[in-house]
Order: sequence, then structure tokens, then C-alpha cells
Amino acid sequence: MKYRFAFVATVLMAALTVVPFASAKKLNVIASTTDLAALAQEVGGDRISVDSIAKGYQDPHFVEAKPSFLLKLRQADLLISVGLQLEIGWLPPLITQCGNPRIQVGAPGYLDTSQFSEILEISTEQVTRAMGDVHPLGNPHYWLDPDNGRRVAKGIATKLGELDPADAAYFQQRYQDFDKRLAAAEKNWEDMMRPYRGRKVVTYHRSWPNFAKHFGLDVVGYIEPRPGIPPTPGHTIELIQQMRRDNIKLMLIEPYFDLKTPDSIARETGSKVVVLLPSVGGEKQVTDYFKLFDYDIALLVKAFNETK
Amino acid sequence: MRSIRAGRATVVLLIALTTANIGFAQTAASSQEDRIKALEERIIALEGQVRMLHQQAPAATPAALAPNAEAAGAALVAPAPVTTTEATGQLPTFGGNTAAAKALNPDISVIGDFIGSAGHNPLNPTPAFQMHESEVGFQAILDPYARGDFFISFGEQGVNLEEGYITLTSLPAGFVVKGGKMRAAFGKVNTLHNHVLPWVDRPLVTNSLVGGEDGINDAGISVTRILPAPKGLFLEGTAQVFRGDSADVFKSTVKNDVSVIGHLRGYRDLTESTNLDIGVSYARGHNDLGSQFLTNLYGVDATLRWKPLRRAIYHSFVGRTEFIWSDRQQLPSRANSFGFYTSADYQLGRRWFVGGRFDRSDRSRNASLTDDGGSLVLTYWPSEFSQIRGQYRITNFAEGIKSNEFLMQLQFSLGAHGAHPF
Repeated sequence: MKYRFAFVATVLMAALTVVPFASAKKLNVIASTTDLAALAQEVGGDRISVDSIAKGYQDPHFVEAKPSFLLKLRQADLLISVGLQLEIGWLPPLITQCGNPRIQVGAPGYLDTSQFSEILEISTEQVTRAMGDVHPLGNPHYWLDPDNGRRVAKGIATKLGELDPADAAYFQQRYQDFDKRLAAAEKNWEDMMRPYRGRKVVTYHRSWPNFAKHFGLDVVGYIEPRPGIPPTPGHTIELIQQMRRDNIKLMLIEPYFDLKTPDSIARETGSKVVVLLPSVGGEKQVTDYFKLFDYDIALLVKAFNETK
Repeated sequence: MRSIRAGRATVVLLIALTTANIGFAQTAASSQEDRIKALEERIIALEGQVRMLHQQAPAATPAALAPNAEAAGAALVAPAPVTTTEATGQLPTFGGNTAAAKALNPDISVIGDFIGSAGHNPLNPTPAFQMHESEVGFQAILDPYARGDFFISFGEQGVNLEEGYITLTSLPAGFVVKGGKMRAAFGKVNTLHNHVLPWVDRPLVTNSLVGGEDGINDAGISVTRILPAPKGLFLEGTAQVFRGDSADVFKSTVKNDVSVIGHLRGYRDLTESTNLDIGVSYARGHNDLGSQFLTNLYGVDATLRWKPLRRAIYHSFVGRTEFIWSDRQQLPSRANSFGFYTSADYQLGRRWFVGGRFDRSDRSRNASLTDDGGSLVLTYWPSEFSQIRGQYRITNFAEGIKSNEFLMQLQFSLGAHGAHPF
């Protein structure tokens, strides 16, 4: 009887000590946007589980702070955010309410990836709201430059290694692999875009400066008169005149903006509206960071060929 | 002949040299390109670190205030540089540090609420024009463990601390604790500041049973935790203890007359664009008749929201209702009052919202007196930072008086970009 008790106790002890190893927990990573989730997935592989808050076809400025997101954040070991005040309308209350000390701003499990990236349009002068809903710290749509994607992936790999030192080498190795695949893909994208370098385009919102810089597009106008301000008739007329004068044939629109104004401008100027995706998941088939550029660049090349 | 051969040799040598040179130049150029690229990467990384340091600066202040020996020692050492500046005869440049000082400042915002009214309301008259409220907000992350929020509202006459509390965000077991003065978690409308309401005014039931505009808003402690629930369901419990003074609802005559509030919230995403939010609330406190007289409040609220994600900035719908029961002990017998409102708001386009509200409520002190009414609201948003609203309001008072009013509101927000309400 005594032995049996000892036996049971030993088995229990063994089970208790084995269980933590057996279920060696995957790091639970939540990214504010699908793009950062995609990059985390590239370097995290099967050692992390990744989820995102905003959907790829949603305006990342206007995500609602739904309580269901709190359920995701509550379990997170790492929260990755775009920063530069992109998520200022919804992420701070979620972080405050989730009751998870690991991902509070300043804690090891909070990562703002803008620190790794080349940031454009940082204002050097006095910023006022007369300029619209400006981001004084710089343009937050920086993930649309593949070079920034590489830098962010490297930063995430390092952070994952800090949180899970046992797998640090694995994350670094995955980053190296991602870096190689991205370099090859980048060469292909650049080859495809080379004939169209310097082409002038109009965009709806200031979402594309990093993309335009990398692929040599010239963004000369916006359908929004100021960031965050919907199109006004006066500004639209000016834009039509400018597009006619400079013979601009292409308008790039994010999937979450109304197409009424762009369509009417297209009719007036004989230009083309292209719904270009700023984020992974913007369309069903765009499931990772590579496919995002594949999709956008194929669309652009087709549009450039059609408009000459 | 020799000279020709020599010449040919020189040419060959020269050609050989130049080719070699070109090759060398090419490798040099590519290595230079690599170096420039590497330097570029380092600059981008450094720029990022500088940006982060600028943002993280506020976190450094509380450490300096911490009452530990190290900090005290540092404080003792600190005056030394001041004497050196004095010795060299230089005045301390107080303005020179502004850039750094600003980095330490909390986010500051001011929201103005200007209301005009026309029409006849003998029971609850409002002036033709009033600068109803100017709400100043100071908000910042205190340290990795807490954040602080202050909302000070300047009325036309006085100043009132609307809310001022610390939120402890890094407690174990998922608890979120607030301490200070705050709006109590009783229902929905009671938790909302004026500027996020979809109306110019507050519903009749709020005015009659839950303390009106100020509502249940008191000094105390709040504990919130997300509760275990089946997958997909969000369940959150809140328990609060307050001093016991809130508008005309609760009155604390002795120290022990604290009021307590409990709130349970359930939320579920029905689809990615539709969700349902349901809450039950309870509040208990002592009323203005004295320590022996209690007021119990019970509330149920439900909100249905719809917002298609692809067109989130253009269209949305919010339907909401709140039922409130008040059980007030008084002489000669207790008053059991009930009231509710039901409202619907639809966003027509990026800048236009239309809404309606139906109101009905007994009075808290005399349940046999029942008022009802309704409102139609039209709102226009020039931008995210200003709002123009018109509301047509009909109220049928229990005394048999009917009032028709038109309310006009201008709201404008300065400074830091606040969170969007949900």
C-alpha cells in the first residue's frame, strides 16, 4: 500500500515535471496589423502563434477597440505595433484594459517596429491640424518598402529571441532565409517596375511614400485635400486640371475608400482607378508579405501598360 | 623597327593596365556601394533609436521621483552643477530645455461644448446660448505599471474635476485597478463624457434616476477583470466602492456610508461587422434623507453595433437601450421608479449621422409622476476634430406641460488625438 502510494506520487511528480516541457509553450504574438503579423510569421515559423487585430481591408486609422480584441491581447506574450500614432485611436485603450502586464508600453513584450524602419515625411516644422490628421512623427505606412519589411523582420527576430532565448538561433536562421527570399523577390519586383520608373501617379491618402520611393513612382497629388479630410469639389477640380496638365493616367486607391470621387475623376481625365492593397489580407489570395507586393506590382504593371 | 615594337609594347602594357584598373575600380565601387548601404542601414537604425528615446523620455521621470536611497542620493548630488553655473556667472537657461520638457508632458486636449437652444421648456429651461463645458484632459503613461488620466471640466461658473484617476495596468492575474475620482460603471450613458454622446443632452431616465449630467461620479476604487467564458464570448466584471456622494442620487452623511457598484458586461462578435454588447448593473448607496435611507439602482443595457469593415469610415449603425429601476427608501414609503431610453444612430456618409431617441421615466422621488419624450438628431463632422449637431426634442412632463425645443451644439477638440469611443 505504502509502495503504491510512493509509486503514484512518483508518477505524479514525473508527470508534473514532464508536462511543462511537453507543452513548451509557443510564444503568443499579436500584431496590430496583418503586415506585421505576416512578417512575424516569416521569422517565427512554427515556434510562435500569430494573430492580428486590424483586417487587411480595413482603414488602420479607424479600427474599433472591440472587447473581443481584449481576449486576444490578454493572452499575448508579444504585441507588435506600427507606431507613429497610426493606432492612436484604438490601441491605447485596448492595452490599458487588457490586464496583461507583459505587453504594456515599456514592458519587454511591447514592440514598436517603426524604430527599425526608414521613416519618411517626418515633420520638421510646426504641425497644426489645419494640415488635416497629420502624423507628426512621420508617415506610418512604412511597411510598404520591402527594405523596411526586411528591417522589421530582423527586429522582430531579435525580439523573439529575447523572449524565447532557447529558440533565438532558430529565429535568426529563419530571418536569414527570409532575407534571401526577399532579396530574390525584390530583384524580380524591381525588374518588373523598372520600365515605369518616374511615372506620375495620384493616390487617395498618403499611404504610399515608402512604396513610391522604393519603386521609383512619383506621387504628385492626393484625392484627399488633406490627410483624413474627404474630397471637396474645389480640390477635385484642381486635381483634374493638374492631371490633365501633367498627363497623369493612374490613381491608386486603398480598398477602404469610396470609389465615387476617383471614378468621376477617371471619367473626366480618361485615367484609370487601381485599387492597390496597402496590407496583407486586403484580398483573399494575398496571404503573406511576398504576395502583397506580387499582387500590387502585377496590378501596377498591367495598369501602366494599359494607360501608356 | 625597334621603336615601333617598343611603342606596341607600351600600348599593350597601357591597355593591360587600364583594363586592370577598370576591374579594380569596379570592385572598389561595389565595395563602396556596400559600405554606403551598410552605413545607410546604421543611420536608419540610429534614427529609430533616437525616435524611441524621445518617446520613452516620460518613463524616466517617475524613477527620479522614486523615494529610494539611490534617488535620494542622486538628488543630493544634483545641486552641484547649479553652483558651477552660478560660479561662472551664467544664468540658468530655463527655456533651453523646452524640447525635452515637452517630451515629459502628458497628452493635453481641450474639448469645447457650445450649446444654443430655442423653444419653450418651463420646467427645465436652458439659456439661449451657453459655453456648456470646456473639458481639459491630461493623459499619460506613468511608468510601465500604470497610466494616469485627468479630465477637468470648466463650466460657465465653476470648475469640476470630472475624472482623475490612476489605472494600474500591470497587476497579476489580469486585474485592472483604478483609484481616484471616476464615472461609475453603471450602465452605458453614465460612463460616457458629454462629447462622446450621440445627443446634445442626456436621456430623461439619466436625469430623473441616475443623477443627470454629472451622474454617479465619485471618489473611490474600481477593480475590473475579464472573466473566464466560452470561446468567442467576452465577459468582464467590475466592482467599485465609492465615498457615497453622487449628484442627487447618493449622499454620505457618515464615513461608513460608502456606495458600491457592480457591473457585468458580456460582448460577442456576431459577424466581423456586427456585435452585441449587453450589461447588467447594480448600485447601492445612502440617499439625502440620511444614513438609514438606502437607494438601490438596477440597470440593464444592450447595444447592437454594425460597421462594415471595408467601408468603416462611411457607414455604421448603433442601436442602444437602457432600462433602469430605482428603489429609494423614503418617508412615508419607498419609491419604486422605472425608466428607459431606446436610441438608434445611423451614419449616412463620411460626415453625416442621423439618429433618434425615445425617452420615458418616472421621477425618483415620486414614482407616480412619469415624463416621456423623444428626439431627432442630425450631426455633421467637418473633420474628426469638430462636430455640429442639431437636436429637436419633445418632452411631455407629468404635470401636463409639453415642451418643444431645438438644441444646437458645436463641439471642437484641440490638442492630442484621443481614443475613439466604443
